[in-house]
Amino acid sequence: MSVQYRALALALLSVAALVIVVPTFVSPPPAWWPWKQSVRLGLDLQGGTHLLYQVQIEQAIDNSVDRLAREVEREMRDAQVGAFTAEREGRAIQVRLGNREKRAEARKFIQDRFPNLTVQEPGGSNAPDLALELQQRELLRIRDGVVEQAMNVIRNRIDEFGVVEPTLQVQGDDEIVVQLPGIQDPQRAKDLIGRTAVLEFKFLAEGPQAGTLESPGPGTQVVSGERDACPSGKCLVERRSIMTGDVLTDARVQPGGSLEGPTVDFVLDSQGARLFGEATSAKVGRQLAIVLDNNVQSAPVIREPITGGRGQISGRFTFEEAQDLANVLRNGALPAPLKLMEERTVGPSLGKDSIRQGTISFLVGSMLVWAFMAIYYRGGGLITDVALVLNVLFLVGAFALFGFTLTLPGIAGLVLTVGMAVDANILILERMREELRLGKNARAAIEAGYDRAWSAILDSNVTLFLSGLIMFQFGSGPVRGFAVTMCVGIATTLVTAVFATRVMYDWLVSQRRLATVSV
Amino acid sequence: MSKAREQSSTTGTPRRGAVVPPPTPPKFFELIPPNPGIDFVGMAPKVAVASILLIVIGLATMWARGGLNYGIDFTGGTMVEVRFPSATSIADVRASLDRPDVRSVSVQDVGGAGADFQIRAQQASDEASSVADAIKAGLKDRFGEGSYDVLRVESVGPKVGSDLWRNATLAVIASTIMMGLYIGFRFDLPVGVGAAAKLLHDVLFTLGAISIANMEFDLTTVAALLTVVGFSVNDNVIISDRIRESRRKNRNEPLATLVNTSINETLSRTVINSGTVVLTTATLFLLGGPVIHSFAFALLIGFLIGTVSSIFISTPIVLALEARRTHRA
Repeated sequence: MSVQYRALALALLSVAALVIVVPTFVSPPPAWWPWKQSVRLGLDLQGGTHLLYQVQIEQAIDNSVDRLAREVEREMRDAQVGAFTAEREGRAIQVRLGNREKRAEARKFIQDRFPNLTVQEPGGSNAPDLALELQQRELLRIRDGVVEQAMNVIRNRIDEFGVVEPTLQVQGDDEIVVQLPGIQDPQRAKDLIGRTAVLEFKFLAEGPQAGTLESPGPGTQVVSGERDACPSGKCLVERRSIMTGDVLTDARVQPGGSLEGPTVDFVLDSQGARLFGEATSAKVGRQLAIVLDNNVQSAPVIREPITGGRGQISGRFTFEEAQDLANVLRNGALPAPLKLMEERTVGPSLGKDSIRQGTISFLVGSMLVWAFMAIYYRGGGLITDVALVLNVLFLVGAFALFGFTLTLPGIAGLVLTVGMAVDANILILERMREELRLGKNARAAIEAGYDRAWSAILDSNVTLFLSGLIMFQFGSGPVRGFAVTMCVGIATTLVTAVFATRVMYDWLVSQRRLATVSV
Repeated sequence: MSKAREQSSTTGTPRRGAVVPPPTPPKFFELIPPNPGIDFVGMAPKVAVASILLIVIGLATMWARGGLNYGIDFTGGTMVEVRFPSATSIADVRASLDRPDVRSVSVQDVGGAGADFQIRAQQASDEASSVADAIKAGLKDRFGEGSYDVLRVESVGPKVGSDLWRNATLAVIASTIMMGLYIGFRFDLPVGVGAAAKLLHDVLFTLGAISIANMEFDLTTVAALLTVVGFSVNDNVIISDRIRESRRKNRNEPLATLVNTSINETLSRTVINSGTVVLTTATLFLLGGPVIHSFAFALLIGFLIGTVSSIFISTPIVLALEARRTHRA
């Protein structure tokens, strides 16, 4: 390609990079400016919270089996297969029939209705009549779906929480990274994200069969509860729930008066409304238990059948608590509990310090390299210095263009790139000196300088790039930011330190009839 | 001086422009002459022994201290860094953390001015952040909210730490082997072995220096080691490139002489190459602030030793392997 075209390509590239970089330094840019996106800063620079959660997938599978057990129960009850119980035991559902004669009938029924379960008839006197297990394929499907489902739930909750530009990422098999820029006190966010939010509607157990808190009767269980609902801190509730939170279509905060405080009103879908209506009509006068994550939230007395599909959860909420509760109820339960593995918060003052120190290091470091090159290699050094400016311009431009995140180690990577980029030029210039010592003229020395140095330049950059890739694979957050800067820096170095300087030399030689070359 | 010209003259090819030679040889601004004529190959064993001795000392201090000064990335636990606007006594900060839910706490006055404190504690459960919350509550009870500034909070569960250990070791080993393979493929097998051995040396040397200086070893330090591995092999590339070129032209010269000449001829560029990088790294170390202090330290040491070891560690290995090869043939 002739030197004019290469020079034109370089000029266009530089103008484009300049246009892209301006919004990062002039904010906001003028309204007519064609590029708006500035370089995105990492949490370590702008301040914020980084949370790493592990999704308890095994727990999710247990939950699915639990749910299936309840479904089996309901279907069998509707089909009137006789007296029976269906309980989860480990990963299996054990069905005990009142009448063993009906075993074949029950087996056929389950096989028809639940094709994703395998049915076995274990022997032995104490063994259950039927043992149901999830098929392998179904297990895999649950495993694959859980993390994504959890992601979606978390995303919806955070979106309503009102964080500017949160990011969520799956990491590895079962981990989710949540980044919340600008959040300094993550307590509320952690409560919001980490809450499983399984909502169940049950009845408080009463009557002779209920038993006591110390020895609960059959079909009942003891759960903890709020003081208003359970004066002793614990309640005896029926094991069977009327319905769960997935029948909710909406949940809103009602400010409430100064005495009772805010409440959360919810709306049920048609199926939920029907279930709720039937259950409450049959048991007027009983106490309902609204159980959230195995904790009784409130226990209102049913005064009349509730058929409108609407209800209310009260408690001693602050307005924020009520808001967050409505948020999690609206967006549904997590498919599995989350475990917080890692929490990192950077305050705004440390972030500002880091930006300042990073900028100073960059300016001082590049000035030193800049001055050294100009003094040591004179003309060749000046050409290198022009390429160095372009290099930084292109590197920052690439960050803004592709939306890469700049972290503090990333800034360090930028400083290092400056030191490493000139290495290519040093190889070329030293080679040119060698050729000039042999008595070659400018044009020949330039040509030989680039030709002979190229192989070493390429090898050096390939090795650095390889270790950058390994680093990206290994690291997270700030370290990844460093790896990205280094790898992008290698690309811009090849463009500027090799291509751009060559264009400048060729242009000088052909247009200016350069007879001597200063190196 | 004339020796230098004779040797490099073989690399030149006559071209059109070379018909009229310049009247006087060009003068350049040089810190290192084109061929200083130093007997690197002869010095190599002594320098190598000295360097390995330093590694042994470094590893011995590591052993004596019971490991490196690991950051919580590796150990798991909680770190809270706070800044007080006016001088506060470390005893006050400690007293605020005297709570049942904060175990084995250590407080460090960063900078010694009674302003910045680093508080570290072990994790009570396998949930990451409960201790951080307890520490923050303790500070708030004693000093009142807003009377200090929480600079950063880091909580890492124990599982993350142990996974990291394995991954960090794997990453460093994998990249060392990868560099060796690449260089071996681009040049020759002995050169690749020499490069991999030198990189291992650089990593161990840097670890030793980190231990002696008692610098923190965290996630970014591993990134620094990986960078050193990727960058320090450059000097090997430059020297091997020159050896390959000279070898084609002087087939009769003994390899040791050839290697020594090549190192001498490329000395200026290897030193300046590392020099610019060391310059920028030193700036980061001095001005980059506390967050990347240990990162910049590892880079600085690694880059410095990397240039030395390209000459004094790789070269004897390459020569020995080549000697065995010719001996057999």
